[in-house]
Amino acid sequence: MTVVRRRPAPLPTLLLVLGALYCVVPTLWILVAATKSRTELFSTSTYLPSFGGGLLSNLADLSAYDGGIFWHWMLNSFGYAAIGGVAASLVSAAAGYALAMYRFRGRTLLFNVILAGVLLPQIVLAIPQYLVLSKVGLAGSYLAVLLPQLFNPYGIYLCRIYAAASVPQTLLEAGRLDGAGEFRLFATVGLRLMTPGLVTVFLLQFIAIWNNFLLPFVMTSDDGKFPLTVGLYSLLRHGAAEASLYSLVITGTLLAVLPVIVLFLALQRYWRLDLVSGAVRG
Amino acid sequence: MAATRRLRRTALPYLLVLPAVVLFLLFVLVPGGYALVLSFQARKVSGGLLGSSTTQVFAGLDNYRAVLADTELWSGIGRMVLVGVIVIPATVGLALLFALLLDVPRVRLAKVTRLAIFLPYAVPGVIATLMWGFLYLPATSPIGGDHVDFFSSVGVFFSVANISVWGAVGFNMIVLCTALRSVPTEVHEAARIDGCTELGMALRIKIPLLRPAIAMCALFTVLGSLQLFNEPNTLKPLSNAISSTWVPLMKIYDDAFVDSDLNHAAATSVLFTAAALLVSWVASRFVQSRAAS
Repeated sequence: MTVVRRRPAPLPTLLLVLGALYCVVPTLWILVAATKSRTELFSTSTYLPSFGGGLLSNLADLSAYDGGIFWHWMLNSFGYAAIGGVAASLVSAAAGYALAMYRFRGRTLLFNVILAGVLLPQIVLAIPQYLVLSKVGLAGSYLAVLLPQLFNPYGIYLCRIYAAASVPQTLLEAGRLDGAGEFRLFATVGLRLMTPGLVTVFLLQFIAIWNNFLLPFVMTSDDGKFPLTVGLYSLLRHGAAEASLYSLVITGTLLAVLPVIVLFLALQRYWRLDLVSGAVRG
Repeated sequence: MAATRRLRRTALPYLLVLPAVVLFLLFVLVPGGYALVLSFQARKVSGGLLGSSTTQVFAGLDNYRAVLADTELWSGIGRMVLVGVIVIPATVGLALLFALLLDVPRVRLAKVTRLAIFLPYAVPGVIATLMWGFLYLPATSPIGGDHVDFFSSVGVFFSVANISVWGAVGFNMIVLCTALRSVPTEVHEAARIDGCTELGMALRIKIPLLRPAIAMCALFTVLGSLQLFNEPNTLKPLSNAISSTWVPLMKIYDDAFVDSDLNHAAATSVLFTAAALLVSWVASRFVQSRAAS
């Protein structure tokens, strides 16, 4: 037998550990820095956490800042991302299913528009969107932040691929012979078979909205409607004048990172990224 | 029984695409069209609120001439390209390296490291920039910011690029890992029996098979680089090295909201969007040709 037993691979492991360190060090440092009081932040050894109760007082200060507005931002971020993510996924699912399962007038045109939309950097539309929404008096509302994020061409594209790969036409034909209506077939057969792909589309869109900065930054100047990204940015801008706000920004950053990491760990196994890598073919 | 398959006439596909079409019209076509109209106009009376008391008059190509002669915009494009030139190869290269390393049999800690490298994807660009900003800032830096100037005229490009790379490597790595999993295991077995080393397999078998997925990652990264805004904009309060017009999107924001010159901002947006579409279209053709070969 010429089967060679492979030795453990120390070099690849080492390189991966270095990569992992690069990726977690900023988060770990934020964790350490959040335990420090305002004076300790600039005076103590940077890698050592402080146990002088700095974390608790930072949390208390952050919660008290401007009547607890930080928690409001957190809630806004979850609201925008969850509602926007679900709605955008349903819009994408419906359009993707129609494009994959039916031949209809305008289908090719629509699909080409979607493909162009995937290539269009959505962010350049934020300012024109603001101008239009301010004409109709919607700028500054929750809807102004939410609505422009419901059209997700990439999501539609993924749903089309996934529908073509996971919903067999023969099953729909069988349903039709049994007398099921087209809408019922979509709602009961199509959506159900597409669910794994839809979870991925939802997660991608949730993260995209959660991470979005320019759109909410442009759309609203009312700090009660800010998501976390815009809120912490505004805090940092005030902090440039008052260094004492740095501890608040650091603590806020830590609290902003933790829930998404937890959400991610919890939903890890639902990711179907073979959809993104082009391994699913419709 | 007649075996002819007849497609039933139904309005359902139209109803299903309706929400997407309406959203597209309202939030892509109308804003785009409005920007196009504004870009050919000029404001007659200066001052006042957003177009409420002043009149817009036709200005032909004046705005476009002004935009093309705007040296600050061109410098901004230059800075965006410079950051992109660092970010694109670094992101795709590191993602490929980590994906290949994770695919080596007998590598230790694969699960933990894979997750750790993926996690920054869940961190918003603004938050990532805040974290790295404090790591760069001399007063708080744990990585030698008091000795190394992370905001020097050259260093600032690497500092901005680093934040983008940090956020993007993990997602691309997972995409490549997923593509690697679709390589049939018999290919690996055959190569191993032929005495092929892990490195040889990576170079001669895996990378060629991964070419479509690598091209896809490159396209994602090009698209991301064109939209560079969050990182420099968030670093700006921390350092004087970054101006308020550092990249094209910051310039457009500045023109529209600080200088209140909507017509100039609109003309810049139109040109920038057209250029960005062209670049990403060329990149996607490249991806398709790679995927086909």
